[in-house]
Amino acid sequence: MLRLRRLLVTLVVLAVAGLAGFLLLTDPRVVSPSPEIGTLPAPDIENGKLLFAAGGCTSCHATPGQDDKLRLGGGLALESPFGTFHAPNISPHTRDGIGNWGVQDFVDAMAAGVSPKGQHYYPSFPYTSYRLMPPKALADLFAYIRTLTPVEGRAPPHELGFPFNIRRVVGGWKLLFFEGAAFRPDPSKSEEWNRGAYLVNGPGHCAECHSNRNALGAIVKATRFAGGPDPEGKGWVPNITQAETALAKWSKAEIAELLKSGFTPSFDSVGGTMAAVVRNTAQLPEADRQAMAEYLKSLPAVQGPVRPARTGS
Amino acid sequence: MIRTALVVAGLGLGLTAVFAQSNAISERRDAMKAVGAATRDGAAIAKGEAAFDAAKVQSIFKVYADVAKKMPTLYPENSKTGGETTAAPKIWEDQAGFKAAFVKFETESAAAATASTDLASFRTAFGGVTKNCGSCHELYRIKK
Repeated sequence: MLRLRRLLVTLVVLAVAGLAGFLLLTDPRVVSPSPEIGTLPAPDIENGKLLFAAGGCTSCHATPGQDDKLRLGGGLALESPFGTFHAPNISPHTRDGIGNWGVQDFVDAMAAGVSPKGQHYYPSFPYTSYRLMPPKALADLFAYIRTLTPVEGRAPPHELGFPFNIRRVVGGWKLLFFEGAAFRPDPSKSEEWNRGAYLVNGPGHCAECHSNRNALGAIVKATRFAGGPDPEGKGWVPNITQAETALAKWSKAEIAELLKSGFTPSFDSVGGTMAAVVRNTAQLPEADRQAMAEYLKSLPAVQGPVRPARTGS
Repeated sequence: MIRTALVVAGLGLGLTAVFAQSNAISERRDAMKAVGAATRDGAAIAKGEAAFDAAKVQSIFKVYADVAKKMPTLYPENSKTGGETTAAPKIWEDQAGFKAAFVKFETESAAAATASTDLASFRTAFGGVTKNCGSCHELYRIKK
């Protein structure tokens, strides 16, 4: 009897300690502390507009089926192996969007993946890439978004299975996979290369689609940029490293041209969500597309997952 | 005897079906390659790498209009998969929208042909009509 009681007490103590550990380790402030924003100069709205295009914000946050891509009411459904995510309203609407947010709230969301209520965001929102943007750039982007039209209405909640529907679980994910800080230029490389590296890895978040992911949905580092099955379902996302069958034979000018017009060197025209990406990159200054191409040309050749054998003739 | 005949007939039907399917897929691929080749010529002129040639320009837009007319017929129900196709399921879910996209492409190609009287007008018309490539592929083609 006494032994049983001792066992029970031990179990309860262990359970409490386990829960406390889980809560501590998955606490948004512990696993993803916010960057210090310090004192920022007056926002540069033009730069914010450029980053808005580079980041392709409208591709997910514009309400589907409307012509005006600057109405960011959200609602796009993003299919994934974990369930369906619905992109939220990020228009400056005070009740339904981010109209009540301060700069710090925006920086927390973009660089730490934490909401104003202190909850984790799911990494379907690619803060893993946006984190490379320094607070000044994020403040510019925020200032630009605030000039857009407020849109009423909220997107439906995410439809995720257990345990992914518990936001705390994202804390564990962040412990395992969320790292890095604001982009730091490599002084041994050219200014153009650094600009390209920043745009491709940061706001452009190219690796988020052009990499394959592990069972927990994190990018496999060894095959970053080497393509893989489309996480949204049908199809295959191409390898964009310098592998022989990828972009090795493309010139820098040809990569920049694709980002401008959507045409490949053989005058095929990109489809699916890449068409939307091109609509955004087409708005960048030519020098930025050239910089992205310069950086992509420097990626080592990496062979990605093997494409399944094609059926038919 | 009858059984053999039936089997042979059945095989024949099956082969015909397979043939029709791969035919549609390879035909639409050839049609799109023709559009790509025409676009290559058009881009060379627009960028000033080739001289403006009125006849050439007309032939480019004629390729577009002809292909636009033919394309919607090349997607039979049995050609949804196979042969490395990148056709999206949406083609069959939204036949009306799919066909309308080609009507738009055909109409705009004809209008572009009429409008292209010199290099400057060709550049504008060509830039406009080739926007159809991306907008249609965005909806009706999967990533590859």
